[in-house]
Amino acid sequence: MAPGLGGVYREAMSWMEKVRDWRPTVHALAGLAAGALTAAVLGGLVLGWLAAILSLIDGPTGGWELAWFYVAVVLAGPVLALWAIHGLGALQRMRFRAVLGVEIAAPPRAVGSSLLQRPVRAWRAPATWRQLGYHLLAMISGTAGGLLVAACWTAPVLTYLVVRQGEGAGAAAGLVRAVLLAAIVAAAMLLVAPWMARSVAAADEAGGRALLGPSRSEELALRVETLARSRAEVVAATDAERRRIERDLHDGAQRRLVALAMQLGMARASLGDDVPEPLRQVIEQAHDEATEALAELRQLVRGLHPAVLDDRGLDAALSGIAANAPVPVRLRVDAGARCAPAIEAVAYFVVSEALTNVAKHADDGRGGATLDSVGGAGAAANGGGTGLRGLAQRAAAVDGTLTVDSPPGGPTRITVELPCGS
Amino acid sequence: MRVVIAEDSVLLQAGLTKLLGDGGFEVVAAVGDAESLLRAVAEHRPDVAVVDVRMPPTHTDEGIRAALVIAGQHPEVAVLVLSQYVEERYATDLLSERTSAVGYLLKDRVAHVADFLDALRRVADGGTALDPEVVAQLLVRRRADPLDRLTPRELQVLQLMAEGRSNNGITEALRVSPSAVEKYVSNIFAKLDLAPTDIDHRRVLAVLKFLGA
Repeated sequence: MAPGLGGVYREAMSWMEKVRDWRPTVHALAGLAAGALTAAVLGGLVLGWLAAILSLIDGPTGGWELAWFYVAVVLAGPVLALWAIHGLGALQRMRFRAVLGVEIAAPPRAVGSSLLQRPVRAWRAPATWRQLGYHLLAMISGTAGGLLVAACWTAPVLTYLVVRQGEGAGAAAGLVRAVLLAAIVAAAMLLVAPWMARSVAAADEAGGRALLGPSRSEELALRVETLARSRAEVVAATDAERRRIERDLHDGAQRRLVALAMQLGMARASLGDDVPEPLRQVIEQAHDEATEALAELRQLVRGLHPAVLDDRGLDAALSGIAANAPVPVRLRVDAGARCAPAIEAVAYFVVSEALTNVAKHADDGRGGATLDSVGGAGAAANGGGTGLRGLAQRAAAVDGTLTVDSPPGGPTRITVELPCGS
Repeated sequence: MRVVIAEDSVLLQAGLTKLLGDGGFEVVAAVGDAESLLRAVAEHRPDVAVVDVRMPPTHTDEGIRAALVIAGQHPEVAVLVLSQYVEERYATDLLSERTSAVGYLLKDRVAHVADFLDALRRVADGGTALDPEVVAQLLVRRRADPLDRLTPRELQVLQLMAEGRSNNGITEALRVSPSAVEKYVSNIFAKLDLAPTDIDHRRVLAVLKFLGA
């Protein structure tokens, strides 16, 4: 992608190496062929289109079928031209890649929902006009460059042929001088042939990069799009992972613990008076430990990704963490429509973490969480707090923002704004 | 009393069957999903159904939806919903369908065998059993209302009433005298503007006010 990686002609080489490096020459000759093809295709299209228009203006001479045909050609012309421009562009990029190893990314394609919208957008896209510009360049300078390179390499043969033709005119002293001059010119052209090929290829590459690929802003837009997609995928993958862990624990460890606690409970309930005290103590302790472990695991899993978040949304899910916060919490939720699952998960996590922070740092131990319908989640906490970096990162991962307002004496207010998404 | 159990974990199904059998209940059917539950309830007409929330096929709220169907179609069948997590949203769904013969408890509670069997009997007899965890969640969502007039102790008593406890149960839980509990309860009725008509009905109304219904 980066300029300089592909261009083989930029490497320092001796003349012999340059001669052996056939790629710029092949590139220039292929450019000659491509230029000819471009001229044939675009020229044919333009001529056919103009002919159809002129025929319509003059009035069709044949039957009404012919008139319809002309109208069809006039209408289809711009679409066919688009195909030709993009097809030839792809062909030229393929030539760069196959011969020089120069990778030029395809410019973004115009998107549109309707059959009519797409060609209109494509014709309005700068990328289309840039590619057309390259094709015109290829027709003129590309062809000229190809011819020039071909002439340089074949200069001795050409000179020989020309001299052979001139032989019949008789051996004059002037002719000898002309032949000598021609031989020197031919030798010089052969000498500069590799350099010429490389220059033509370099110029062509510069043109190709500028016109065939995406522009700088398009490239950046494309990059942003790719990054946004991959980031969304990472966020979604994290979410999916949390859900999976929650489900695995729910179906596995938690069930086993419930069964264990239940059995220990039954054992404890069935202990008679004749049971030795040490045994009674062990069973009672085991039962207490099992129920505590169960409660701890439940709290942990509840913070991961509660099933109710998917099922009933953020509003419903927040009750659980608010009720379990170690400080008294007032919860006010004004939620409208459901947001994207990833957004809801982040909002849930942010409130959960913020409440944990309140518990750690609050001076007077009061916390509150409010949630607005626009999709912003706010958690106000009394007391300062660390661990906000992680929250800010989570919010930023979905294009959200986190601001902390912490005046001396409090109360600290954490405001998180998240785009609702869809 | 005859029970139908719906629980998709074989381990817990077996455990519950044993626990309820030992506790004097007759388990007439133990099934693993909501559809089989509804069929079993229609066939056996049990006194109470013990229902897990997350069951096949979607593992979300099948149990709650099945409980709502049972509450609607079989008024004589009590329903106790069990879950590894309790959610106030599910609780309000349940309570909007019926306010008696209904319970919603954390699965953890089965570990305390005697308490759990008490709660199940209470529900089967037409009472309620709400997990303290659910009650705490409902408290968080409480809006400014007449409840603000209650003292913390009265709120505590109301919370226990919401869990489905009788005055005796509250006496035990708070370790206060029965007369003190009676005083709290009548204070609650007065502060919530509940006229002294039928005692049980007033209890239900107080709890409903508490739950914000």
